[in-house]
Amino acid sequence: MMDEIQRKLMAEVADLHSMPEGAYNIRANGISEARNTTANIDIISKTDKSGIDIRIKDGTKKESVHIPVVLSESGLKETVYNDFYIGEDCDVTIVAGCGIHNSGAKDSEHDGVHRFFVGKNSRVRYVEKHYGQGDGMGKRILNPVTEVYQEAGSYVDMEMAQIKGVDSTVRTTKAELAEGATLIVHERLMTHGEQKATSVYTVELNGEHSSTDVISRSVAKDASEQIFEAAIVGNTVCNGHAECDAIIMDKAHVVAIPRLDANNVDAALIHEAAIGKIAGDQLIKLMTLGLSEKEAEEQIISGFLR
Amino acid sequence: MLEIKNVSYRVEEQDAVIPIIEHLNLTVGDGKFVVITGPNGGGKSTLAKLIMGVYPVTEGRILLDGEDITELGITERAKLGISFAFQQPVHFKGIKVVDLLRLASGSRITINQACEYLSRVGLCARDYIQREVNASLSGGELKRIEIATVLARGTKYSVFDEPEAGIDLWSFQNLIRVFENIRESIQGTVIIISHQERILQIADEIVVIEDGAVKRQGPRDELLPELLGTPSAANNACSRLAD
Repeated sequence: MMDEIQRKLMAEVADLHSMPEGAYNIRANGISEARNTTANIDIISKTDKSGIDIRIKDGTKKESVHIPVVLSESGLKETVYNDFYIGEDCDVTIVAGCGIHNSGAKDSEHDGVHRFFVGKNSRVRYVEKHYGQGDGMGKRILNPVTEVYQEAGSYVDMEMAQIKGVDSTVRTTKAELAEGATLIVHERLMTHGEQKATSVYTVELNGEHSSTDVISRSVAKDASEQIFEAAIVGNTVCNGHAECDAIIMDKAHVVAIPRLDANNVDAALIHEAAIGKIAGDQLIKLMTLGLSEKEAEEQIISGFLR
Repeated sequence: MLEIKNVSYRVEEQDAVIPIIEHLNLTVGDGKFVVITGPNGGGKSTLAKLIMGVYPVTEGRILLDGEDITELGITERAKLGISFAFQQPVHFKGIKVVDLLRLASGSRITINQACEYLSRVGLCARDYIQREVNASLSGGELKRIEIATVLARGTKYSVFDEPEAGIDLWSFQNLIRVFENIRESIQGTVIIISHQERILQIADEIVVIEDGAVKRQGPRDELLPELLGTPSAANNACSRLAD
């Protein structure tokens, strides 16, 4: 049974307050705590390494899979391999996420390696939240690796958020898109203290009329550091857009590295990056509504990261 | 009552001190609808910002209902009952119209209540309430949302800095109607910085500011005929042509 700390982490990373509907696999301190499968969605433990295979049958619509992970034992380090095999003509929501509570002296680390094999004409919405808490000296470390292989006509919308409490993260995301496939990524990130966060995206547009939109919004506070690298490779007639929009505060450090790689005359690739402090006129406007400067700042940041 | 006593505002630029407002005196009585007009560069918008506390006065005092607010910041003045509509409304990323109206009203107003404020400024609420307050909205739309935030605050004093600036003729016609009805919407003192004759026509009092000081102040019926025969009025006509 999960304890109160684990339940709180669960609420933060997966908005779960009780057992979810549909298929799920809940992992707590390295052990599968609870699992449920449905007629269309099967979850099988890997035998050669830690992790699970999630198999979703062709034509599965309006179903969801929750696979949250919580760590509350200081010093626990794990690498977990989860593979998602999504059939053709599906429409599913996958909610992952990891919460770490570290009140001890040792570092806690969860490295999730997620691979998505998305069948023809399927739609997938993927939500991943990372959250850390606990007042120990031990670091909370998350290094997610995500690989996405999209077949023709598929559509994947990924929402990745890390708002609080993760000391160190290196996020690596790779995607390969076939004809007519679309990948949308919304990343939201806030770092504070001495935290470091690196995000590297590589999207290969291999199929004709494939497209991607990688959007990152981040806030770097205190002495934290963020590096955002977005590489889009256009190998055919395709559309690619990457956008990095960062608010820098205090003594933070933010780096945005665009990389557009076109191998075809009909590849249309765009990159936009903006780093700046909170605009003074935004603060003034909210202060004229009666908010203090600090309250105004909070509203601007929470809107920006919405 | 708002009293501006011997207020000056000067800025330093490359070792020179430039006076923007010089020894300005102005009293605005309770419940009055006052339009401040005058030539460009005369210090009107600066005065509005001095009232809100966006700029600090260099010398002089500002009194609100007898209380000296000269040293108070923007937030404190807002809490004491001053609202401000910016000449150029601010854009936000992620903040929606409904969020701004909720922050303005200072409470968790319902969507219906928020829509009511939008309707009063002539916006079809359903189309706007969930929109982000960003550049995807036109100048006229942003202007009306800005005015709606002032209505939502419902404070004793409302200051509008050139509500007509930067909007097209069609939006302007609608905007005038908003101000014609504003007395029903705002129970308090209204100060509008404006060049527009139609806004001057609905004023109780007109104040002419030129070269950083009050040049004339008086009832509309007295001042408007004079203004319409002055170079300032000619400027007005020219700016209308330019629109």
